[in-house]
Amino acid sequence: MAQVDKFQYDNDIVRKFLIASVVFGIIGMIVGLWVALQLIWPDLNFGIPFTTFGRIRPLHTNAVIFAFVGNGIFMGVYYSLPRLLKTPMWSKALSNFHFWGWQAIILAAAVTLPLGITSAHEYAELEWPIDLAIAVVWIAFGLNMFMTILKRREQHLYVAIWFYIATWVTVTMLHVGNNIEVPVSLWKSYPVAAGVQDALIQWWYGHNAVAFFLTTPYLGLMYYFMPKAANRPVYSYRLSIIHFWALIFIYIWAGPHHLLYTSLPDWAQSLGTVFSVMLIAPSWGGMLNGLLTLRGAWDRVRQDPVLKFLVVAITAYGMATFEGPMLSVKSVNAISHYTDWTIGHVHVGALGWNGFLTFGIMYWLIPRMYRTKLYSTQLANTHFWIGTLGILFYAIPMYWSGWTQALMWKQFTPDGYLKYANFLETVTQLRWFYIARALGGLMFLSGVFIMAYNLIKTARAGSFLAHEDAEAPPLAAHVTHKGEYWHKWIERRPVPFLLVSLVAVVIGGIIEIFPMALIKSNVPKIESVAPYTPLELEGRDIYIREGCMGCHSQMVRPFRSETERYGEYSKSGEYIYDRPFLWGSKRTGPDLHREGRGNKNSKSDAWHYNHMVVPQTMSPGSIMPAYPWLAKNELNTSRTADKIKVLKMLGTPYPQGYEQIAVQDLQKQAAQIAESMRKDGVQDDKLEQREIVALVAYLQRLGTDIIPKARAESK
Amino acid sequence: MKAIFLLIILSLILAAGFLAAFFWAVRSGQYDDDYTPSVRILFDDDTTGKSSVTNEKQ
Ligand code: HEC
Repeated sequence: MAQVDKFQYDNDIVRKFLIASVVFGIIGMIVGLWVALQLIWPDLNFGIPFTTFGRIRPLHTNAVIFAFVGNGIFMGVYYSLPRLLKTPMWSKALSNFHFWGWQAIILAAAVTLPLGITSAHEYAELEWPIDLAIAVVWIAFGLNMFMTILKRREQHLYVAIWFYIATWVTVTMLHVGNNIEVPVSLWKSYPVAAGVQDALIQWWYGHNAVAFFLTTPYLGLMYYFMPKAANRPVYSYRLSIIHFWALIFIYIWAGPHHLLYTSLPDWAQSLGTVFSVMLIAPSWGGMLNGLLTLRGAWDRVRQDPVLKFLVVAITAYGMATFEGPMLSVKSVNAISHYTDWTIGHVHVGALGWNGFLTFGIMYWLIPRMYRTKLYSTQLANTHFWIGTLGILFYAIPMYWSGWTQALMWKQFTPDGYLKYANFLETVTQLRWFYIARALGGLMFLSGVFIMAYNLIKTARAGSFLAHEDAEAPPLAAHVTHKGEYWHKWIERRPVPFLLVSLVAVVIGGIIEIFPMALIKSNVPKIESVAPYTPLELEGRDIYIREGCMGCHSQMVRPFRSETERYGEYSKSGEYIYDRPFLWGSKRTGPDLHREGRGNKNSKSDAWHYNHMVVPQTMSPGSIMPAYPWLAKNELNTSRTADKIKVLKMLGTPYPQGYEQIAVQDLQKQAAQIAESMRKDGVQDDKLEQREIVALVAYLQRLGTDIIPKARAESK
Repeated sequence: MKAIFLLIILSLILAAGFLAAFFWAVRSGQYDDDYTPSVRILFDDDTTGKSSVTNEKQ
C-alpha cells in the first residue's frame, strides 16, 4: 500500500478533560471530607441550609462520579479512541461542545443541589431541565464516537472500544429510563412510577450506573493504558474479549440486589442475587488479565509510579467485585444493608479503582503530551503511599463501623428485649470510626494535591503538543466473506449494533411513556391507604428538599430486630402514592416509616418541632443537623394546586376539582397541628404558616395508613 | 409489578442488541486474530511523542 494518510490527533481536548477531572476531583473530595466531618460535628454546616448534610451529600456523590470520574472517562476515551482507530475524532466542534456542555451541567448541579432542587433518586438527583441537557451532551459524545468508529483506518475494534460502546448505549437507556418524570414547575417534577415500581427502576439504574459508568469505561481504559504503561500486550487478548461479553450480559440483571428484604417480590430478589454471584467470574477474569499483563515485569512496578497506581487500582477492582456479590447474598445483606459497610464497599471501588486508575493515567499522559519527563517520581511515590494509606484508613473503619452498627441493632437481651433500644446509642458509638474515616479521606485528598502540583510542574517544564502528527494507510476496501448477502451490509457498518440498541432505547422509551401501564400495577392494594393531604405533600417535598433520605430509610424489613424497634414491617401496598419513593439506602438515623402518630415510637407534634429546631435538646449527642429555618420559613403554597393536578394526572385518586380547595384544606390541617404544638408550649404567632408544620404533618402521617382506625383515634 | 416486566423487557432488548453485536463481531472476522491487536496498540502512536519515564522505546 503506497498511499499513506497523514492526520493529527487532538491532544488539546484530552488536556481539557484532564484538567477538569483534577479540578472537580479536588472539589468533589473536599465536599466529601466536609460531609464526613459533619457526621462528627453536625454544626460544621454553619447553620446554613445550603450546606447541610442532606443537600451536600448528593453534591459530593455527583461531583466525584460525574465530574471527576466522568471527565476522567472522556479524557481517556478522547486519547485512546483516535489512536486505536488511527483517525482523529470525527468532529472537533462536537468534542468541544461535549466538553463545555458537560462542564455547564456540572455547574448547574453545583448550584441546584445545595438549593435543595433534587429528584431524590440517588445518583440521578438532578432535575428534569438538567436531565435534558445531559441527554443532549451525551448524544453529541455518542455521535462523535460512532462517526469516528465509522471513519476508522483500522478494521479491528480493540476491546477497549467495545467497552466504550457498551458504556454509551447502556447509559443512554438508563438515563432515559430513570428520568421519566412530569414537571410541576421548572425545578420540580414527580416521577411517573410510584413506590415499589419507582424503587425498582431507580435501583436498576443505580446498579447499572455503577456498572456502566464507573466500571465498563474504566475497564476499557485499563485495557488500553495498562498495556501502554507496561509496554507489553495484555496477558490474554482472548480473555479480554470473553471478559467483555460475559460482563455485559450478566451485569444488567443484578440490580435487585439493592432491594433485598424490601417489599420487592421474592423471585426478583433471587434473580438479582444469582446474577450478582455469577458476576465474580468475568470480573476476576478481567482483574487477573490486567495484573498478569505485568508478568515478567514486576520489577518495573517498583520504579514506575504509573504502574504502581494501576496495580492497586486493578487490585481494588478485584476486591470490590468480590465483595459486591458477597453483599448480594441475602444473609450478608441482612447485616450490611443500611450500614457503613456499604460506604466502605463503594469507597474501595471509588478511591481505589476509579481514583487510582485515573491518577495512573494522568501521570502517564501529562509527560507524553508535554514531551518531557515527570517532574518528580518521588512526589508521585509519595502520592501513591499517602493515597493507599488513605484508602485503608477510610475502608477499615467503615467496615468496622458497619459491623458494630449492625450487631448493635440486632442485639437482644436474654429476656428478649432489644439491648440498644435507643437508636442514639448506636450512633454515638460510631464517633471514632467517623473520625478515622475523615482522616483517611484527608490523606487521600492531600495525595491529589501533591499530584496536581507534580503535574503542573511537569507541564511547565515541557512544551505542549496540541496536535500530534500521525499517519496510517487508509482502510483497505473490505473483502467480502462468502456468507449470506446481508452480512455484506452489516459488515461495512460497525453500527448495526448502535442502531439495534437505539431502537431498543426508543421502544423502551415508548413503553415508559404510557404512564397508565405503570400505574395500574398489581402491587397488592391495601384499602386503607390514602393519598397524602396537601399539607403532608408539601411536608414531603420539604423532606426531599432537605435530603432527609440521605440519613433515614423508610423501609422496615421483616426481621424481629426491626419490628421490635420500629413496628410492623413495611408492605409494598403502603407506598402506592409515593412519588418519588423515599426508602433511602443508609440509616445514619433511625428508620422513619413507622414514625407517624399512633405507631409504637410516635412522638408529639411539639417533640418533632423541638427536635427539628435543635435535635440535641431531645436527643443529646445526636449528629442530626439542626433545621431552625424550617421554623422561620413560610410555607410556599403557590404550587400546591399544580402538584395535586400532576399527581392526579398520574393516577393519585384525589377527588374531582380537588386542586381548587387543596390550599384551604392545607390551612385547616396546619391550624390543627399548630394548635397541638402550642398546647405543648411552642411559641410562635405565625406557626400555622411555617414550613415545619407541613414537615411534621408528613412525619406524623408516615406508616399510619395500616393502623386500624379505632386504635389510631384512641391514641 | 409492571415495572419489573418493563425493566426485564428493556434489559432483554439491550441484551439482544449486544447479542447481535456479538454475532456481527464474530462473523465479520473481528475475532479471527485474537493476538495481533494486543501488540499493535503498542505501536500506535510513537511517531512523535518523546518518551516518558515509562516508555522504553526509541
Ligand atoms: C446527618 C444525618 C441526618 C439527617 C440529614 C437527618 N437526620 Fe434525622 N436523625 C438522625 C439521627 C442520627 C437521629 C437519631 C438521634 C436523634 O433522635 O436525633 C435522627 C432522628 C430523627 C428523628 C427521630 C426519630 C425517632 O423516632 O427517634 C426524626 C423524626 C428525624 N430524625 C427526622 C429527620 C428529618 C425530617 C430530616 C430532614 C429534614 C432529618 N431527620 C435529617 C440523623 C439525621
